[in-house]
Amino acid sequence: MNASVPHIETMRSQLGRARGLGAGHSGVGHWWAERTSAATLLPLSTWFVVQMFRLGGADHAEVVKWGGKPLNATMMAALIITTFYHAQVGLQVIVDDYVHGKAHVPARLLVKIGTSLLGLLGVFAVIKLVASSSSAK
Amino acid sequence: MQDIRKALYVGSRSDGTLIERPMSPHLQVYRYRLSMVLSISNRITGVIATAGAALGVFWLGAAAKGPKAFATARKVTGNPLGQLVLVGWLASVIYHTVGGVRHLIWDCGHRYDKEELNKDGPVAVGVAVGASTVLASALLCVAACRRSRRAKAGKAV
Repeated sequence: MNASVPHIETMRSQLGRARGLGAGHSGVGHWWAERTSAATLLPLSTWFVVQMFRLGGADHAEVVKWGGKPLNATMMAALIITTFYHAQVGLQVIVDDYVHGKAHVPARLLVKIGTSLLGLLGVFAVIKLVASSSSAK
Repeated sequence: MQDIRKALYVGSRSDGTLIERPMSPHLQVYRYRLSMVLSISNRITGVIATAGAALGVFWLGAAAKGPKAFATARKVTGNPLGQLVLVGWLASVIYHTVGGVRHLIWDCGHRYDKEELNKDGPVAVGVAVGASTVLASALLCVAACRRSRRAKAGKAV
């Protein structure tokens, strides 16, 4: 059948298939995840901007010394985890809105894997900084 | 049929033949409003902020890897083009933050009337531009000062 002509492929009417499905049953949790991570990022990113005044133009030894302090490492890890969690949740909405059909699931997976790996890389960099600054003493 | 929502677009004429119902009008039929630019900007700056955060993680990774990798990273961050990227990241994060705060205010049920929305839009732009300019120039100055001080100290030793 010509694809441009509207047609119904199954015996069951398409409206009947769609009706009663209701909402996705998980949207509210996603919405809360987006808002709570956003609110958490406000103090964390403010802290980061303040730290950037200390680190702007810094050399390697200064950055290692900074990263070795437990408070900085904790805040940095929290910032990285929250940032990429918020990015994951936010990018998922963009993918849901603009990517349809067969590309949708791969795009969703790409967002999930990409943001998770970047977050992990950041956390391990923080751990490595702590380790290397304690061995430098 | 890939998308179940399309089921709602298939209707039937009185003679029984199927017809695709018209979709709602798309963006180009609407008159330009500041609020719609600010809305899509919040999304775009969110994506840019994520890309910048990815670069930030690579910077941290370079610091963790060692002095040699960090020297390469500093070449990028000290480069005028690299600094333009950093300023763009900062501005995106700031705008996304301002937009995000507006969303949180709306979620609490405030400032969501038409007049309030139209009043707050220019304020949001002003705050974002002002904060970006002040923070970006201050950060670049601090970084440049620290560099030149170290260069002088290096010469003295």
